[in-house]
Amino acid sequence: MAAEGGGNGLALYALRRAVNAVPLILGVVIVNFVLIALAPGDPVMSLIGEYPAPPEYVERVRQDFGLDKSIPERLWLYLVNVAQGDLGFSFANRQPVLDLLLQRLGRTLILMLSTVVVASTIGLFLGVIAARKPGSLTDRGATGFALIGYAVPEFWLGQILILVFAVLLGWLPAGGFRSVRIEYTGLAAALDMFKHMLLPMAALSFRYMAITTRLTRASLLEVMSAQYIVAARGRGLSENTILWRHALRAAALPVVTVIGYNFGFIVAGSALVETVFGWPGIGRLMYDSIYTRDYPVLLGILLFVSVTVIIVNLITDAFYAVLDPRVRY
Amino acid sequence: METAAAPTVGRSNTAAAWRRFRRSSSGVFGLIVVALLLLTAVLAPVLAPYDPHSTSRAAFAPPLAPGHFLGTDNLGRDVLSQVIWGSRVSLMVGLAAAATATLIGVLVGALAGYLGGWFDELLMRITEFFQVIPRFVLALIVVAFFGSGLVNLILVIGLLSWPQTARLVRSQYLSHKTLPYVDAGRALGMRKFRIMFLQILPNAMGPVLVVASLDVAQAILLEASLGFFGLGDPNLTSWGGMLNTAQTFIRRAWWMSVFPGFGITLAVLGFNLFGDGLTEAYDPRMAPR
Repeated sequence: MAAEGGGNGLALYALRRAVNAVPLILGVVIVNFVLIALAPGDPVMSLIGEYPAPPEYVERVRQDFGLDKSIPERLWLYLVNVAQGDLGFSFANRQPVLDLLLQRLGRTLILMLSTVVVASTIGLFLGVIAARKPGSLTDRGATGFALIGYAVPEFWLGQILILVFAVLLGWLPAGGFRSVRIEYTGLAAALDMFKHMLLPMAALSFRYMAITTRLTRASLLEVMSAQYIVAARGRGLSENTILWRHALRAAALPVVTVIGYNFGFIVAGSALVETVFGWPGIGRLMYDSIYTRDYPVLLGILLFVSVTVIIVNLITDAFYAVLDPRVRY
Repeated sequence: METAAAPTVGRSNTAAAWRRFRRSSSGVFGLIVVALLLLTAVLAPVLAPYDPHSTSRAAFAPPLAPGHFLGTDNLGRDVLSQVIWGSRVSLMVGLAAAATATLIGVLVGALAGYLGGWFDELLMRITEFFQVIPRFVLALIVVAFFGSGLVNLILVIGLLSWPQTARLVRSQYLSHKTLPYVDAGRALGMRKFRIMFLQILPNAMGPVLVVASLDVAQAILLEASLGFFGLGDPNLTSWGGMLNTAQTFIRRAWWMSVFPGFGITLAVLGFNLFGDGLTEAYDPRMAPR
């Protein structure tokens, strides 16, 4: 009965948060649209390029893309279109923005998700072995690693990894997401992509590993002095059982939320790392779109990323509520 | 640090804070790194052996080449001189953007926390908006459209970095406004703004400085990231911009990539550790153990 009540409360809470998220998303769309509308430069001219074009042609292109209407009209059109899942048309790629994003999404997601899994696993592990003996050499090593990992820019780390593992040692490819010369199929293709993903994933992982290590350590140290841990010790449980079974369970909570709330930063990091490694995901698309002044793509990415971040925050809140029996909404 | 805490808190508190700061070895290390960086930035014209923009025919000279300790880049520019001058952009953007963010954050947080009511609700909604919006993507777009001059960079990064300070200051005001000294001020007929900024603010400044220090680190990182995307100030040598060029020549000249990255890492590490020391000084209970 209690569980049922809790579940209902959670559903209500999730619903309330979801309703709260609507003005946030709307705000994101409007702010960005206004920014783009105020931006200097004429997208029509960059679309046509440097070539001399007859004015009738320029006018037709302008009308084709709805750029001759007033700003409020264009905003309204944009909102209606977004609501229907139409994020506009990419000038440079001559393709609907949503299609373009969906094409690239998979590659970005696989990079980000494997980073999150690897980074939080290793980070948790490092945090635990650091907290086991505070002040020990292991602890200082892990803490120092976390400090540096948090300061290193991921795009520079990517370059260093390329220098060491691709240029110097020649073990791994320096970029791209599959071999160009040989066409692999099935398992070999997956393995080939994995080889291409290792370095970008490592570059992207460092910061989150550092955050997770630091946080796991801090929350473990806090939990370890709690009464139920003292009681477990009193019952004669081994230190390892206490650490991994009892303490980590409580300590893992803030870690989970940190991964969720840092999602926006992983997206930014991914954009940088994709650019370093020529990984053809959404981040690389963003980089290219800036140079081609492909406004709808930038708008689409911003909207897409913002909505994703808002949803991930929502899920993180819910996750926290499910995991922590003390939290009830 | 002293200038901010001194006016009403008095010397003894500042001295105690300084004593606690000195005990934090990471804080002291951070302070040294920050001081050295500031010195490098200020003395760049004296320290740098060459003009960072002056090209020569000795392109791609490796480190330890005669006259070029850290080598030269694709246009024959001295890498050491570029790294030294690059510290200026990083520190200027980092400090000015963090100052902008702190100013906005303190204003928003103080007004929301002290005045409360619907005004608080509204300000917190706006804060939430700025918190969920992906900072890097938005900064990138704004700078790409409106130009990547130094002032633009500072304003954009500052305008996108204040929510954490605002939340912190708000919570400080919420707990301070019920304390006796604030009641006393009110009873004496002090005006709202005097209580907010002359009575409460100095007492809330410690944690604000901690966040400000971490903000500097984040701003340096963000500026470098924008620079790496080719969106640094086109007239100035920046570490991020150097890494953008280095990307093209990564197989040819490893030194073009290695040294500017060291600069960024060191600067970010320095301000993060300095922030840890400040935490130790102002709120020992919250200090990372």
